[in-house]
Amino acid sequence: MANIREWWRRGSALIWFSGAALAFSLLMIFGLIGYIGAKGLGFFWPGAIVRVVTPEGPVLGEITGEEPDQVQFHVANRDLFGQDYRWIPRSELKEMTKPLDAVVVERLEYGPFIGRIQRVEKDGQIVQGDPQEALRRLRPAAMTLSKHIRSLDRNEVGALNRQIEDLRLELNGTPPAGRPALEARVKALQETYEATQARLEVLRNQAAAVTVTLEAADGQTKTIPLASVVRVVPSNALGAFGKTGAYLSRLWEFIADDPRESNTEGGIFPAIFGTVMMVLIMSVLVVPLGVMAALYMREYARQGWLLRALRIAVNNLAGVPSIVFGVFGLGFFVYLVGGTIDQIFFSAKLPAPTFGTGGILWAALTLALLTVPVVIVATEEALAAVPRSQREASLALGATRWQTLWNVVIPGAMPGILTGLILAMARGAGEVAPLMLTGVVKLAPSMPLDGTFPFLHLDRKFMHLGFHIYDVGFQSPNSEAAKPMVFMTALLLLLVVVVLNLFALRLRNRLRARLGGGAF
Amino acid sequence: MPAGEAMTEFDPNPTVPEPEALMPVQAEPRPAQTMAPRPGGIPLTDATVLTAPPLIGIQDLNLFYGEKQALHGINLEVREHSVMSLIGPSGCGKSTLLRCLNRMNDLIGNVRVEGRVTIGEDDLYAPGVDVITLRKRMGMVFQKSNPFPKSIYENVAYGLRIQGVKDKNILDEAVERSLISSGLWDEVKDRLKDSGLGLSGGQQQRLCIARALAVRPEVLLMDEPCSALDPLATSRIEELIFELKRDFTIVIVTHNMQQAARVSDFTAFFWMGKLIETGLTEMLFTNPRVRMTEDYISGRFG
Ligand SMILES: Nc1ncnc2c1ncn2[C@@H]1O[C@H](COP(=O)(O)OP(=O)(O)OP(=O)(O)O)[C@@H](O)[C@H]1O
Ligand SMILES: [Mg+2]
Repeated sequence: MANIREWWRRGSALIWFSGAALAFSLLMIFGLIGYIGAKGLGFFWPGAIVRVVTPEGPVLGEITGEEPDQVQFHVANRDLFGQDYRWIPRSELKEMTKPLDAVVVERLEYGPFIGRIQRVEKDGQIVQGDPQEALRRLRPAAMTLSKHIRSLDRNEVGALNRQIEDLRLELNGTPPAGRPALEARVKALQETYEATQARLEVLRNQAAAVTVTLEAADGQTKTIPLASVVRVVPSNALGAFGKTGAYLSRLWEFIADDPRESNTEGGIFPAIFGTVMMVLIMSVLVVPLGVMAALYMREYARQGWLLRALRIAVNNLAGVPSIVFGVFGLGFFVYLVGGTIDQIFFSAKLPAPTFGTGGILWAALTLALLTVPVVIVATEEALAAVPRSQREASLALGATRWQTLWNVVIPGAMPGILTGLILAMARGAGEVAPLMLTGVVKLAPSMPLDGTFPFLHLDRKFMHLGFHIYDVGFQSPNSEAAKPMVFMTALLLLLVVVVLNLFALRLRNRLRARLGGGAF
Repeated sequence: MPAGEAMTEFDPNPTVPEPEALMPVQAEPRPAQTMAPRPGGIPLTDATVLTAPPLIGIQDLNLFYGEKQALHGINLEVREHSVMSLIGPSGCGKSTLLRCLNRMNDLIGNVRVEGRVTIGEDDLYAPGVDVITLRKRMGMVFQKSNPFPKSIYENVAYGLRIQGVKDKNILDEAVERSLISSGLWDEVKDRLKDSGLGLSGGQQQRLCIARALAVRPEVLLMDEPCSALDPLATSRIEELIFELKRDFTIVIVTHNMQQAARVSDFTAFFWMGKLIETGLTEMLFTNPRVRMTEDYISGRFG
């Protein structure tokens, strides 16, 4: 009894409770990350391709789910079967085998095909020998060809289109005297355009000449051009090494490629890029804004009830639901500011909007607004933490107030300001709702940063990992196939946030080291 | 006041007196005998000081913090190239007076100053005085060392940099000169790029002195510069003060009677915002005219 009282008195209970609370929080965080990681990372591992015989005929696929009385098969071949996944009662499963010639063929269209390679044809002639071998031999050339076609289609044709469009706009605004010259240029461009199209046509025919015929478990066949084959994985014939290779290749495609098939396949590179870029633009906007506001509030404004009210308002701003910011961003930035910019600078293109529609600049501005309270609060605290003695030292040396602020106070507050930025970035990178109203799209035709002048296109719409999760997971017609993509995307989003934060953290630590282990 | 309050909130507890402050030299009846010899055996007051012209003049100075009067009709002169120490019990207005001399009190809201303070020919509180220029003439060293979180070099160069000096040679020269004057050069010359906060307390205080010296002020105001230092560091600074006297006029606040006796030519004793007695340190310590002074310096105060 006395012991317990003593235990309480010494505060041991509190130590235990707080320790337990910390442990619980850590458990939840690691649980979340672990769950997402486990669900996502396993997806790319080539599983065994199992063949079973059911009353309705043979089935070939990867086992993706098991329940006490039924098994889920990923049978793929959406174009033949209509659905990628099938649940089969255990009682109907017979003759389970793992055929060595079974392959997963990832295609540009209709998702993967699971079956056997029947034959490879070139210019209507069947290529002799083992079809898998033939395919392996012919694929590099086909891949180069298809890459070439894609880049031609996207870059050259796109650029030509844009140039012609710009010239047309210019033509509208020029007096009749100047027109013939412009018209001639349009004509020349149009000829180049047609020539390019013709070249593309030739290349496409060339690509279509090499085909591969695939045979599904039930005997149906499908012939596709070899150029549309992304990857062939003969899972059952692969050893651990080969499987790792396939895994890494799939993972790399996921990180570095464009999405396909309404985002349920391929990569998410544009979304990663868009997220990082949006967060960076937001940071560039939010730091000066927040720091300046905090400087004014802490150093110049008269300390009184008005300022106190303002502080409370700023703090509450951080609690406003983000969708409200989205609505504001849409109404103010997109329609009002963007619309006005269009009227003044891009009137030739109207009614097609330039800035008067969602874009990465408006999205970043909206998020900057959303996260500015965090920066303000952190900066104010950091400013207050700069020792008064240092300010006095500076002033006593004959520095003006502004010089003192600039040379002593702000550098001293910098680590604290960066803490604010870290918090803001973490919040901004994960926000989705306001972006949906201000510039995120499911599939952006081009990235906000590319090789065409002026390189940084702040008016463009962009893709975002957070929105990608929502879109793939809940808006896609093929939700079963998209599930692992959702987890993988979530994992990548976490990773992006962590990497961005580590970057800022490093910066802060470097600064702190320079400040000599100062007051923070 | 419209601005600056964040920088200068009211400080209800100024400086807590050190324990040593009120019991300086009890063992001996005559404080004069307890005085340590001056560094280098130089006589306490050389005659040049007595003939030197006054540099700082304070006439009928009253200072109010809001309604509360902190200084009452102070009249005081500080001669060129002399050291004046201000002593008195805690809260008697020593720091306040010191801060009047470079107008640091301006930074506190609600301060009112009456009377005249002059440096050379110039009236500090005349309307239109450029406070910034003024502060460059009056270097200040604070009770607690307060180097900037910058490199040693940048700390010393700070005053010149804000004056717009960019020439590397001038800066280098000023940094070296000031660090030598403050006796820190030999200890830091190999690590000028290191943070000033990495120095020991005593070194930091000498860095602050170097920083104040770099802009070549006329007067050095020191507010208990040794109160946070150990005896060894203290004696280094005291020697330094003695050296600096050749080039600067020094006003120093101290709670340490022995220190006042050791370093200063003149001493002024304050009590409750009033100047009770001032004169040659030697005279004041050996032969005070006012009873209160004697009580204070012999530790029989209150
Ligand atoms: N900013 C201020 N606002 C109002 N009153 C102040 C302020 N600073 C000092 N005072 C008051 O003025 C008086 C003199 O203060 P001052 O700091 O000059 O004392 P001091 O002699 O330096 O004391 P110490 O030896 O403890 O440093 C004290 O009564 C103090 O309470
Ligand atoms: Mg004081």
